This record gives sequence, C-alpha cells and structure tokens, in this order.
Amino acid sequence: MTRPRWPRREAVTAEWQGGYAPYDLVKELLIAVGVVALLAVLLTVLFSSPDERPSTIAQWSREQPVNFVAAASKELAGTSGTATYGPPYNHNADGQHAAFLYPQKWLGVSHPINTANDFVIGPLRTVPDNAALQSAVAEFQAAPEKTRMGWAEAFAKPLEEHETALEEKKVPNKDVSIDPTTGSVAVKGNAFGPVPTMMSGLLDLARSGGLDGSLLTSRQFFQTDYTKPLLFMSDGGLLAERAEAQHLLGNQWGMMNETGSYPGQTWLWLYTVWYQVEPFKASKNADILVMLVMGLLSLAFICVPFIPGIRGIPRRIPIYRLIWREHYREQEAAAKA
Amino acid sequence: MSVATPPEPSWTTRAREAVLGALPPEKLLPDSQPTYVASWIYIFGVASLAALIVIIGSGAILGLKGPSWWHFTGIGHFFNSIHLWSVELFFFFMVIHLWGKYWMAAWRGGRSRVWVTGAVTFLVAVPAALTGYVSQQNFDAQWIATQAKDGLNSVGVGAFFNVTNFGQMYSYHVLLLPAAVIVLVIAHVLLVRKHGVVPPFELDKRLALSQTGEAARPAPGTNGASS
Repeated sequence: MTRPRWPRREAVTAEWQGGYAPYDLVKELLIAVGVVALLAVLLTVLFSSPDERPSTIAQWSREQPVNFVAAASKELAGTSGTATYGPPYNHNADGQHAAFLYPQKWLGVSHPINTANDFVIGPLRTVPDNAALQSAVAEFQAAPEKTRMGWAEAFAKPLEEHETALEEKKVPNKDVSIDPTTGSVAVKGNAFGPVPTMMSGLLDLARSGGLDGSLLTSRQFFQTDYTKPLLFMSDGGLLAERAEAQHLLGNQWGMMNETGSYPGQTWLWLYTVWYQVEPFKASKNADILVMLVMGLLSLAFICVPFIPGIRGIPRRIPIYRLIWREHYREQEAAAKA
Repeated sequence: MSVATPPEPSWTTRAREAVLGALPPEKLLPDSQPTYVASWIYIFGVASLAALIVIIGSGAILGLKGPSWWHFTGIGHFFNSIHLWSVELFFFFMVIHLWGKYWMAAWRGGRSRVWVTGAVTFLVAVPAALTGYVSQQNFDAQWIATQAKDGLNSVGVGAFFNVTNFGQMYSYHVLLLPAAVIVLVIAHVLLVRKHGVVPPFELDKRLALSQTGEAARPAPGTNGASS
C-alpha cells in the first residue's frame, strides 16, 4: 500500500474558494482588550506585585562589615571579581571566549573602572578634616605597586578566611575582630602598611551613606549610571545572600525567577536551563557558550519555514486535525453527501 | 499635431496604488472570515495584541508619573502591578499563539514573512521586558542587572548596552524597544491581512497524490495551501 504523501511544491497565496462566515474584527479586538485588561486588574487585585527594597552600600557595610572590608581590600589589591573582569571594565583579563571568538576583548573597554582608584582611593580623597586618613592614602599611593598589592592582599586574606569559615559554619579566623560598639573591623598583624587606616575610613564613609553617593556622583551632579556601585556590591556578599534567599542564583534558575513567589521572566527558561547542565555548568566560558547556543536557536526559530525536517513536523504529527476539526468534519460530510 | 503624453504618475500615486493593491480596504478590515477560522487557538493572536495594548497603556501611565512613583503610592503600585501582569499575559498568549501557528505550519502559501515577523517580535519582546526588569529600581533590578551583564558582556553587547546603567535601560524600555515591538507587530498584522489566515492542509489532495503517485500542482483559483 502506498503511503499518503504531500505535494512537494510550496504554492503561493491564493484566494480561499470555500465558505465565509461573518466576522467583526474591530469588535473582537475591543472585546479582547477589555477582557485582557480585566484579567490584568483581577491578577493585580489578587496578587499585587513584588517590590523588595534595593540594597545600599551603607546597608551592606552596617550588616556585614567584615564582608565589606574584605571586598574593599580586594578592590584595593586588584584581585576582586570586577578588578579581574576584563572588558568592558578594564584590560586585566581577556574575558570569556569560545574557540577563536573573543568578542568581549574585541569590543574593548567601554566603561573603564580602576577598582582601587574608583572604589577606594577616590572616595577616601573626598573625606574632609581627617589628616590621618589623607596621610594614609598618600602613603599608599606613594608606595611601589608591589608593596601596595602586598599590603592590601595581606589585609584581605584573613578577612576572606573569616568569611569562608562563617559560610562553611566553621570557627572564624581569630585574627579578625569586630568592635560591637562601633562596628569597626580590626585585623591582627603589622604587614598592612596604611591599609587598616584606609579601610577604617572607607567603612566609616560607607556606614554614613557617603560611599553610595560618592560612587554615583563621581562625574557630574545628575547621574543615572549605577555601574560602579552595582559592581562594587556584586563583589561582596549581601546581594548574593539576598538572591539566594529569593531563589535567584544562577544554579537556582536565576533570572527567570522573581522575588517572592511571583512568576518572573519565565520566557527565559531555555536560556536559563543551559546553566544547569554540563558542559556549560562548570565552564569558565559558560556565558558566551550559552549566548552562542541561544543565538543559533533564535536564528533557527526565525528560519523555521526554511528548515527541512523542522518545517515538515506539523504535517507528520496531525495536531492540525484537532485545530481544524470542524473544517475536516464538514469536508467529510460533504464528501459523503 | 502632437499627441499629449499622459503625465508620469507621482510617487504619491504609486505609493497609494501599491498600498491599495496589496491591502484593499476589504482585506485590511474584513467583515467575514473563511469558515475554517473556527478554533479557540485563533483567540491567542488577538489576545497577544490586546495584552500589548494594556502594556502600553499601563506603561504610559507609569511613564507619566516617573520611574519611582510606583514605589511610594498605592495607585502607582496598582498600575505597576497591571503592567507586570499584562507582560506576563502577553508572553503567555504569544507563546501559545506561536505554538498554534507552528502546528498549523502557518508559513505555507507564501506566508514565511508572517512567521518571521512574529518570531522576531517575540525575540525583541524579550529585551523589552528585560530592560523593564532592570528599570524597576528595586532589589530585583539590582540582581538581574548584575547577572545579565555577564551574558551580554561575554558577546561584546555590554560595550554599548549596559544593563547597570539605569538611564540607558529606561530609554530602551520606554521608547526604543517598545517602538520596535509595535512596528514589528504592525508589519505582522498587515502581512496576515494581506495573505489571509493560513488555510487547513488539504487532505483531499494528499489522498489524491497517494492514489496517483504524482505531485499535484494547485489548480488556478484554489487556495494553493498544499505543501
């Protein structure tokens, strides 16, 4: 028995020669707008919408002073996530790549950030009436680069160990102490040069809220660019801690979730799913690999009508029989008659 | 005696004739539909359009009052919620509409541009929504911005599309990307009006082919939808 098959040629549009039924396009659209608006109002009344207050550097420095000073020390040493990011923020790395593709590097540094100067030294220079602090900053800047990095790294190390131990619920580093009255952070040792004075000054500035403003208004009065404060905060632990509690981390399906129990950008599920599976999950170049995969899939999505195999599936799986069941029923009835 | 040559039709005349030729009023605003347009799946196209209108309406109200209004007033929060839920509905309707059109193979009969404009609309709507999420001025915006930057930076897009720059993202969200979505949707709808709703697979032709074993050509005057 010969298997039924479809004609090969893709014919052009022609007028439908079958029957027509009355149709009111304008009425349908207006009714649809009304129904969808009512549905949105109903969902609003039932569920409202989430609005978690944003974090600030002041909040971070008050709630997690050790974490703040550890992050700031790494910014000063040039070892933080932002300091070692590469383009578009600095030239300290090439950024991610896939085989011979280095688009991050090719597009260059468009938002230059020197973490030591922009996040620490610059803001400290704005603090008035503190000769000891300005002297410490001057001493730091006058020292050779190797010495500066040595001081900052030596200061950051016990703080990092302290933070790691707390995360792993182990005994924290005893060289690190927090004054419960003032909230200031101290690290035992004498190989840090002027860094303890600078970090103490930065912590005070941050706790007062001054660092939030300082990072935002470094260029002009009116500002809408939050790149610096956001990058600085993302090098610390507060944002990630809040995100984990809200199931927003990358390994928790990240961006497609919303704070609370609200539906988020669920349409990003296919983008997010790659981060949950190997080889993307463990790759240092996961972002570019996922973006490339999604770029190819998006192109395929657009080109569905032209892709052999994919475009033929609707003919082979007869869901169309369900969609047009009335039409086929009428055809069969007419054929029998 | 010389014969006067008719004047060259003006660009305006040509444009009018081209537009009316492609989309005569009865096609642009039809008052009847082919009988096969009789399934609940057809609702999701117009529902997507309706959700887009609600998004634009609620977004315009939010835009009139400024980006932080909704954080501090009940009425502002109400309109922000409508904006959020209409976006969720828009994507929900659009995904069902796309799946429906896929299973209809709605690109048949010279309708590939209808599919392409629909698919591109969906893809442009994704950054339109993303820029809204990073313009919220709340913790969600902070977190999404710091996460999204890595993907965009990795392919070089971050060099000119900075998700941590609220001012830039707000401009994209309230003007550039919505304008792109609206233009694409208009093109999509006009193409649907021009080509008509894709007709059903013609089972009778399929059966005829299986009997004759020859590839049939659509007869003049038929809908030519077989493929």
